[in-house]
Amino acid sequence: MQVPAFFEYQRATSVEHVVALLERFGPEARIVAGGHSLIPMMKLRLAQPELLVDVNDLHELSGVSVVDGQLRIGALTRHAELLASAVAGEHFPILHDAERVIADPVVRNRGTVGGSVCQADPSEDLSGVFTALRTVAVVRGPDGERTVPMREFFRGPYETAVAPAEILVELRVPLRPGAGSAYVKVDRRAGDWAVAAAGAVVSLGPGRVVTEVGIGLTAVGDADFTAVEAEDLLRGEVADEDAFAAAGAAASAHCRPVADQRGPVDYKRHLAGELTVRALRAAAARAHDGTT
Amino acid sequence: MTGTVGGCAGPGFGSVPRKEDGRFVRGRGRFVDDIALPGMLHGAVLRSPYAHARIVSVDTTAAESHPKVRAVITGETLAARDMAWMPTFSHDVAAVLATDKVRYQGQEVAFVVAEDRYAARDALALIEVEYEPLAPVVDARRSLDADAPVIRDDLDGRTGPDGRGNHVFDWETGDEAATGVQFARAAHVSACDLVYPRVHPAPLETCGTVADYDRISGKLTVHATAQAPHAHRMLYSRIAGIPEHHIRIIAPDIGGGFGNKVGMYPGYLCAVVGSIMTGAPVKWVEDRSENLMSTSFARDFHMHGEIAADADGRILAIRVSVLADHGAFNATAQPSKFPAGFFGVFTGSYDIAAAHCRVTGVYTNKAPGGVAYACSFRVTEAVYLVERLVDVLARDTGRDPAELRMANLLTPDRFPFRSATGWEYDSGDYPRALRTALEMADYPALRAEQKERRAAYERTGAGTLTGIGMSVFTEAVGAGPRRLMDIMGLGMADGAELRVHPTGTAVLRLSCMSQGQGHETTFAQIVSHELGLPIDAVQVVQGDTDNTPFGLGTYGSRSTPVSGAAASVAASKVREQARQVAAVLLEVAADDLRWDVGTGTADGGNFAVAGVPGISVTLREIALAAHGGLDLPDGVDGQLTASTVYNPPNLTFPFGAYVCVVDVDPGTGEVDVRRFVAVDDCGVRINPMIVEGQIHGGLADGVGMALMELVAFDDDGNHLSASFMDYLLPTAMECPAWELAATVTPSPHHPLGAKGVGESATVGSPPAVVNAVLDAINVRHADMPLTPAHVWRALQGRPIRPDIAIR
Ligand SMILES: Cc1cc2nc3c(=O)[nH]c(=O)nc-3n(C[C@H](O)[C@H](O)[C@H](O)COP(=O)(O)OP(=O)(O)OC[C@H]3O[C@@H](n4cnc5c(N)ncnc54)[C@H](O)[C@@H]3O)c2cc1C
Repeated sequence: MQVPAFFEYQRATSVEHVVALLERFGPEARIVAGGHSLIPMMKLRLAQPELLVDVNDLHELSGVSVVDGQLRIGALTRHAELLASAVAGEHFPILHDAERVIADPVVRNRGTVGGSVCQADPSEDLSGVFTALRTVAVVRGPDGERTVPMREFFRGPYETAVAPAEILVELRVPLRPGAGSAYVKVDRRAGDWAVAAAGAVVSLGPGRVVTEVGIGLTAVGDADFTAVEAEDLLRGEVADEDAFAAAGAAASAHCRPVADQRGPVDYKRHLAGELTVRALRAAAARAHDGTT
Repeated sequence: MTGTVGGCAGPGFGSVPRKEDGRFVRGRGRFVDDIALPGMLHGAVLRSPYAHARIVSVDTTAAESHPKVRAVITGETLAARDMAWMPTFSHDVAAVLATDKVRYQGQEVAFVVAEDRYAARDALALIEVEYEPLAPVVDARRSLDADAPVIRDDLDGRTGPDGRGNHVFDWETGDEAATGVQFARAAHVSACDLVYPRVHPAPLETCGTVADYDRISGKLTVHATAQAPHAHRMLYSRIAGIPEHHIRIIAPDIGGGFGNKVGMYPGYLCAVVGSIMTGAPVKWVEDRSENLMSTSFARDFHMHGEIAADADGRILAIRVSVLADHGAFNATAQPSKFPAGFFGVFTGSYDIAAAHCRVTGVYTNKAPGGVAYACSFRVTEAVYLVERLVDVLARDTGRDPAELRMANLLTPDRFPFRSATGWEYDSGDYPRALRTALEMADYPALRAEQKERRAAYERTGAGTLTGIGMSVFTEAVGAGPRRLMDIMGLGMADGAELRVHPTGTAVLRLSCMSQGQGHETTFAQIVSHELGLPIDAVQVVQGDTDNTPFGLGTYGSRSTPVSGAAASVAASKVREQARQVAAVLLEVAADDLRWDVGTGTADGGNFAVAGVPGISVTLREIALAAHGGLDLPDGVDGQLTASTVYNPPNLTFPFGAYVCVVDVDPGTGEVDVRRFVAVDDCGVRINPMIVEGQIHGGLADGVGMALMELVAFDDDGNHLSASFMDYLLPTAMECPAWELAATVTPSPHHPLGAKGVGESATVGSPPAVVNAVLDAINVRHADMPLTPAHVWRALQGRPIRPDIAIR
């Protein structure tokens, strides 16, 4: 049986308590949320933290609500809660599209939104979703609270802007009335990590001209999970098949997938384009251009 | 949907709930890992990080000084006991703990015994092994190259002719000359290279043991995940030098086996040695990665097949050559005279005049195994080969695959049928099975829909493509006749012992061992059927060598064909004994008694005097009398008990016809299995519900193998499928609602007319799924697993080779 190495364990009673523990124990301390990424790594002894700080009692960190024109998602919100949240689905169907294809119900019942983005796995679905949505991360540490735009959050595989003594407390997604959004993923089996996936958020003006667009890519080697070139191409264009195809081609050209057992590079590159087109198509279909 | 099930009337048979499920659904099953003996210690295995390396040194000093470590076992420790190597099931030896070299990643190097499982794992990190890495042989097709590194230098060049260092065996079957004649006169020949890639049985419960050696009595008790407890006892005795009567193997509940738990693994033996060294029981249970990396894999057949037909589409002959990757040790678990298992049945369900096949086995730097995962000793590979070849032939000659099959299927009047490779098929009605399946699927409507979808796709560039695939398979199970089939010299006949207690309930003792198949129910039903007792009145004992008769165990779908027949024979012996007792009781001649099996009440069946209404005696009354003071004639024993050893006269040959419908998204390569129609004929069905459960599982296996399951290695021999994130098993999401039907063609030589069914669907379904996907994308051939990437690349005309890492 796989068993982790020795570690100490503390149940945090407040965010301040978390920060104090992290400060005291240094980089060998780790937050545990749902544990669905961290504990498997500990069992394989790829991670051997000396202290686990359990944040599962910090109910103030969970929940989904709209405050001041922003959708706020607490870091401890479970995948299942986000999937069940009507307000999230109403404003950003992309969140439900993605949550429906993340892992399985058992994992979704425990795994958290914060844990997902802090894990910074190159195949994490929510990473591409939140970069597409231009989300802002709220982080608290010894020096108080600061915000980090999601597009600056990821520092490479398994590395984020959250410092060792900091905790992610919330994600804030600016509401965009009329915008449409969608997420599409190819996997080898239900519950499998993405071979590739794309998320899109599209705002349309009169004449179905794209006024703003966010495109997130997962599992194709974009360190910041964003297809910036495709976004730039699309902004100001009429949202039609030609424009989507051009954006897809740009996403495909600029991604940097690596071959693994999920597929060779040419296939993943193809998927980056194909899925970008499909995500844009679905997002635009859900968008209102304000004229009707 | 289920077709009507024919077979036997009377009590016993039918879809009754499984007796064992009461404890399983309550979480009260008792598996090896549930066992905790007083003072029990815990073992952990140190494994090789390299696929091929010389061991320079192993330093266990630091591990031994860990405060909770009680013993550290290395290859040297075992060598001192002459246990560093063990015999395999296939005339080879395998390392228990490596002494000279490691030959695959994950191979066992050392074993730690500690007070708890955490300490055991911690101590593994304290063992220092110095390796000198060697070039590995990963690609089986390069294994016989002159410059290929020799893996088995321990065999002193005994491995092969012409200095082919990694050669294991050459084997052939069929008539090469006659096959050549048919090919020469053929109007058409289709050839195809196909890989049946390496997969893994992946039972949800991994392998494990609790070994308990009693220093005072000298007795060893082994609680283990063993599909073949009696064969294991003999192996422990031979390897560890403990007399066989001092060894007791107890297989508790087993959480899936699929052939993975037939073999002997180093962890089992190290736990035994650990118990001998420490005087305490030692538990060892593999983790998932260890199971996937080191225990018996399945398949890994590289096949080149050719099929010849005349101008009318009559199949004349099949010719095959196979390269079989056996890994680092030849440890295939199969009848020892069959180095390629029962692959020789590759002529399938067709009337084929001539066939020939040549198989070469090779060593590579991968885990040993090859025969597992419900393969019926490689019938899986055979069925995949012939069912793919027939589809390729249909495509190449512009014929409909259903019509081509129908025109070539063996007809019922041909049975018993002797195949071109010498197998005697017992019974079958193949056209009826295929007709039933095609009707259930509404084949013409499906073809019409397929056409429409393709036209729409070609018009718009969007949408999905539909594919229809089928397979008509013939299985060969129930090994087997003792004179032909043995494992390590042990003939494949199985015992059964039945005793009816004084109060008329019974106990049946079996040599086979359920891993989830429901033996406690099916075998009680057999006794009920023979004696008229209620199913609940029959206790079934299995898995304990001290309390069961000798036999070879459960794998190769052999339990019902062999042990089921044994149970039936033992029960009829008891019935005949009861007749003698009844004759004394009723003061008539035994021949004047007529047996009435009754309705399954606690009285059991009864014997009545022919022609004298109203005079009869029930089995329950007979049982009491047989244990009482009744004066019995010479030659009639008191009590009511019988035993038998059943030596099957032949294999049984279940069969079936499957139709699979898929939708493929050409833009992504994703496959959706929309429908699966399965018509199975396994002869008489004792418990149709259990049979259908076996079929459901096998169909899911087929979807898994066809679409996602794969054990792959990179160039350095690193195992790329060592977790369930990388080795994908299908889920309910990938499986359609199975559409099942049954036909019943009894086996003429089995006492109940039953055939085995445990592996039918695993054997029959992969080609149906693959044929459907390739039909959808209009591609002649691409290898499993048809993951989205494989499908997309096949559509680009550049299929991916599955047996090596994707680059
Ligand atoms: C079988 C399986 C399948 C999966 N499939 C998918 C999939 O298809 N797609 C997908 O996207 N994901 C998938 N996942 C991952 C799943 O979504 C995980 O739950 C998620 O990645 C981690 O969330 P968690 O709450 O469990 O984090 P944990 O494992 O508790 O933590 C992960 C990391 O984040 C850190 N962390 C957690 N919370 C915070 C915080 N508030 N502030 C700072 N650091 C924090 C931890 O210290 C740790 O380093 C799968 C997981 C499993 C087990």
